[in-house]
Amino acid sequence: MTAVEQEYLKVIVFQLADKEYAIPVSNVQGIEKLMHITRVPKTPAFVKGVINLRGVVTPLIDLRERFGIPVSNNEETTRIIIITLEEMEVGFIVDSANDVLDIPVNAIEAQPEVVGSNEEDFISGVAKLENRLLILLHLDKVLNP
Amino acid sequence: MELNQYLEMFIEESKEHLQSCSDNLLELEKNPNDLAIVNEIFRSAHTLKGMSATMGYEDLADLTHKMENVLDAIRNEKIHVDAEILDVVFESVDHLEEMVMNIADGGDGKKDVSQTVAKLKRIESGESIQQESAPSETAASEAAATTTALDNALQLEYDDFEKTVLLQSTEQGFNAFEISVTLNDGCLLKAARVYMVFDILEKNGDVVKSSPTVDKLEEEQFDQDFKVALISQTDAEELRSKIMKVSEVDNVAITQISKDLFVQSALGESEASVESAVDEGPIAAQVEVKKEETNQKTASAKHAASKTIRVSIERLDILMNLFEELVIDRGRLQSIATEVNHSELNETVERMSRTMGDLQNIVLTMRMIPIETVFNRFPKMVRTLSRDLKKKINLEIIGAETELDRTVIDEIGDPLVHLIRNSVDHGIESPEVRRANGKPEEGNVTLRAYHSGNYVFIEIEDDGAGINRERVLKKAISKGIVTKESALSLSDKQINELILASGFSTAEVISDISGRGVGLDVVKTTIESLGGNISIESTEGVGSIFSIQLPLTLSIISVMLVEIELEIYAIPLSSIIETSIIKNSDILNAHNQKVIDFRGKVVPLIFLDEIFNVPRSENDADEYHSVVIVRKGDKLAGLVVDTFIGQQEIVLKSLGNYLTNIFAISGATILGNGKVALIVDCNALMK
Repeated sequence: MTAVEQEYLKVIVFQLADKEYAIPVSNVQGIEKLMHITRVPKTPAFVKGVINLRGVVTPLIDLRERFGIPVSNNEETTRIIIITLEEMEVGFIVDSANDVLDIPVNAIEAQPEVVGSNEEDFISGVAKLENRLLILLHLDKVLNP
Repeated sequence: MELNQYLEMFIEESKEHLQSCSDNLLELEKNPNDLAIVNEIFRSAHTLKGMSATMGYEDLADLTHKMENVLDAIRNEKIHVDAEILDVVFESVDHLEEMVMNIADGGDGKKDVSQTVAKLKRIESGESIQQESAPSETAASEAAATTTALDNALQLEYDDFEKTVLLQSTEQGFNAFEISVTLNDGCLLKAARVYMVFDILEKNGDVVKSSPTVDKLEEEQFDQDFKVALISQTDAEELRSKIMKVSEVDNVAITQISKDLFVQSALGESEASVESAVDEGPIAAQVEVKKEETNQKTASAKHAASKTIRVSIERLDILMNLFEELVIDRGRLQSIATEVNHSELNETVERMSRTMGDLQNIVLTMRMIPIETVFNRFPKMVRTLSRDLKKKINLEIIGAETELDRTVIDEIGDPLVHLIRNSVDHGIESPEVRRANGKPEEGNVTLRAYHSGNYVFIEIEDDGAGINRERVLKKAISKGIVTKESALSLSDKQINELILASGFSTAEVISDISGRGVGLDVVKTTIESLGGNISIESTEGVGSIFSIQLPLTLSIISVMLVEIELEIYAIPLSSIIETSIIKNSDILNAHNQKVIDFRGKVVPLIFLDEIFNVPRSENDADEYHSVVIVRKGDKLAGLVVDTFIGQQEIVLKSLGNYLTNIFAISGATILGNGKVALIVDCNALMK
């Protein structure tokens, strides 16, 4: 048998309600536990405020709010995923972040036509892995309305 | 050879030399007969040529060389300085600047300058710039010059100017030496050795003359030895040992130039010319005084140079960042100490805070740069503008040594360009109009900078037409910036400041210099974003003063921390006038606006909890309110908060690139407990 050279995309997998989402590792700076958030007035509802991330003031986006999923109470598992995109550093509040996976690039399919939920605008594709379905986020669209 | 490590130094020094070239050129324009200035320019150009040739930037070296030739001709009084020639020299300096900027941006410094070169050549050969050159003659004269130069080899002969310089300097206690240096027979890099010797000599004094000429020395057109005349304060023995340190130097012979040599001839000549030169006397004296001054200047500059070191800005930024971290930790320590309330801990924290205060002053002043770095591009700009607009303008700069934090310096350049362009374009009238109004033809623009308290003030004053308030009002009303009714209640100053509003432009004809109506409101926004403000004073027919007030630094500021419910906000101390506690009964209502009577003034109240939508847990109508009275220009407002926490030094942090333009929030800071507090932008709260 010859080992077939396959391209993989390394992603961070996180959970929102009952779905699993993925962000490329290259965009992720770190994962933090919830800490004190300072509310910033006159910002969209999904901007939860800013945190002190080791001396850098970093804004937080609540992804549930952004995707129109009913907001749950903060639980033990809630995490902040710090992502960077084009000079921007932003934290995503997610239900839990639990996996780092290598997705074969050929397992990624374009966004299905009918998803039927509010987050469809933010999806760049879906990846089918055995019995899991990972939704790949389009970071640009999540950050820029 | 690895040149990269020198590149940065090369760029820095080239910029300095080019700056000094343009400064001196402007000076020369005012005193076209002052050959000392030509010498200064020549020296800068010469060093630049040497450096760029070493670094391999041929075009740069070539153009400088051509320029140098012209300067040399001026210096030797072969050409008379006039505006035409200066224009071409200015043009070359502009090209040189572009090349250096290109190199700084990672380019190869190449540029097609053949036109300018051709012009320089024509000037050099003594032709009018418009005419085509006659190369044969030039070649002949050049050839002649070479032969005479060869005849003079190894024998220093001084012309009158050099004699005077030598005489003057010996009279002032300098030593005048004739130094002859012999290089090793096997010396391979003669030019390099010459360069090193000259470097030593120039550090120790001024080279008056060399034989063969510096050009020939650089092109290695000499055998093994050369002679140099030097004015120096160093003694002969020390000079000798310094030069001997250069490798491949075989022998150095230093002889003091006897005073008689040039005294006699100089005296003889001056005697001969005394009668004829009576009228020229004062001028000559002036030139000499100038020379003396420059000598002293270079001497003091050298003195200062030995006491400073160059530190890269990057390192200072790192130092600043580390210090900011310390400031945050200090805040934390202070809050812990208050909680623990241990006397020794308190004492230590207090002492540490004091030391940190001193340290902060030093760190901040280290990052201060004289505003000169911004100002020095203006003389040339004004010159070009006034030529384009056919106006006569004299720019005076006062207080260029005033220091400002680098963060402010970086931002202030463009607004000042706008303001100066505005003064030159709209302020100063054309010479005809000025004459008709009984003013001198030449308009004055004064750029002034000075410190006052924790602020730096920059003023741009012109003696031009001033602001026509009626026209401004009419325009503002027609553009919908103010209503007719409100226009009546505006003070003169407020009317003046209408020209800073966006969408305002009074110039009937839109020129590309200023007047697209975007300039001045951008200026206002930039200055306000720097925590400063701008005001205008103007008298019609007499002139205007634009006055900018800027904070000394932007990175560490003093704030008053206030609490609203559970949230903490910081209000910059610079906009606070005072704090007070008011009773419910003090609050009055005027047109749906709650106001208070504050020392006889009606001050509107701004409830921060409403502005910032602070979630209220319960509605306990307190009878007392804490109010921070803040100021913007001459307007006051009272910010209503829950409690005052106290005054603190904080480090200004940005909210990042994601959250931009948030209403009434100018930034954030990290408090002693590690939480983020937002900084209130008082300017945005008062429109």
